[in-house]
Amino acid sequence: MIRKISIILNGEKRSVYVEPNDLLLDVLRDKLGDKTPKYGCGRGDCGTCTVLVNGKSVRSCLILAVEVDGQEVTTLEGISKNGLTELQKYFIKHSSFQCGFCAPGMIVALDEFLKKNPKPSEEEVKEAISGNLCRCTGYVPIIRAVMDYVKNRGG
Amino acid sequence: MSGVISHEFEYIKPKDIVELTELLSQYKTKARILSGGTDLIVRIKDGFEFPDLLIDIKGINELKELKFDKETLFIGACITFNELIDSNIVKDNYPLLWEAAKSVASTAIRNRATLVGNICSAVPSLDSGPALLIYEAEVILKSKDGERIVNINEFFTGPRKTVLKEDEFVYGVKVPHPKKKNGGAYVKLGRYNGEDLAQVGIGVLVLDGNEYRVAHCAVGPVSARARKIENLLNGKKLNDSLFEEAKKLIEEEISPITDIRATKEYRMHMAKVMFERALKTAVDRMNGKGPNYGERLI
Repeated sequence: MIRKISIILNGEKRSVYVEPNDLLLDVLRDKLGDKTPKYGCGRGDCGTCTVLVNGKSVRSCLILAVEVDGQEVTTLEGISKNGLTELQKYFIKHSSFQCGFCAPGMIVALDEFLKKNPKPSEEEVKEAISGNLCRCTGYVPIIRAVMDYVKNRGG
Repeated sequence: MSGVISHEFEYIKPKDIVELTELLSQYKTKARILSGGTDLIVRIKDGFEFPDLLIDIKGINELKELKFDKETLFIGACITFNELIDSNIVKDNYPLLWEAAKSVASTAIRNRATLVGNICSAVPSLDSGPALLIYEAEVILKSKDGERIVNINEFFTGPRKTVLKEDEFVYGVKVPHPKKKNGGAYVKLGRYNGEDLAQVGIGVLVLDGNEYRVAHCAVGPVSARARKIENLLNGKKLNDSLFEEAKKLIEEEISPITDIRATKEYRMHMAKVMFERALKTAVDRMNGKGPNYGERLI
């Protein structure tokens, strides 16, 4: 049965009609026009559909849109609402991505992680993105950018 | 469209247990309980599950409780693996469970996946199995007719099969504190440190007074305690020959199969290596030495 849900998407209240079997990823992309979360594997393995629900990273391909009724959803679009984040600038500096398909998930996952753990070790960074697959870079420039950012940012 | 769900179902988010058990008694096997959905949604996408109704239990506050009264830890049905990892109570009092929780998939999965969901899925590779079996956890099952408690050692009946009846749900898990000074280790073999399921999982808890508890996952139809090894070791101080004898018993305890992730020969070989590491690490940790909990042991 179709129903109306309301979510706070990237700080903005949005309402949308969904079926119970509509996935959050599809609703974000096709009904709400936010194309930053990508469809990779569709089974929670690759991480490119990662978004934040109430500040926690989740796989939007494994969540029904009805489940997030009344909750806050943040995508990469919300994270870089006011221009590129500092971390994104470091990704550019280190040419961290090639095709870029994994980038939205990486950035969202790292946004949550670096808030929780502002001074991580390289090992902890690797663990934090272990659920985000990248098939171009071998992860090296991604990890290098994160470590450079951690080293250089104030505080 | 992202691996859309073609199967259609209804969705209800009950506010309390009464409403939930009412729905279960009405829909029985046609209803499925949804909390994290990290397993269930994939199963529905793949066509292995086709419920008429999904009952989202995240609106029931008492299922979100994680509490410790010095004797027992209560883990409500909606408690996620990351909530367990972020809890100092769990880390300090049930470090083996904490270490097992850390080995589950990756952050974004652990933010949704629940421990209770893990035992209800009852796959042989469940990471929470060995720790819960070793701590002798009790599973609280509820239905419209009341409540019953099942020891985790009797909970699993086969791959993806449990004692859960069609109108019952798992309310939570009670984990008694082992009381004595102890050290534990959970060693997991996977292909990479991300989403991978265990190919072999071995948990060991050593308690003061030469008490040993050993359990495994992914190397038999159900995750289970290794009673023959425990019986051999209990009451004895470890030495090299006892160690070798215990390692030999692994072959009698487990029955690994060959599947897409590993061969049975490889699993058997690794189970012995991992048992050795787990046991040595557990002894070291009991004595305040060895690697920190959560550090990779393989």
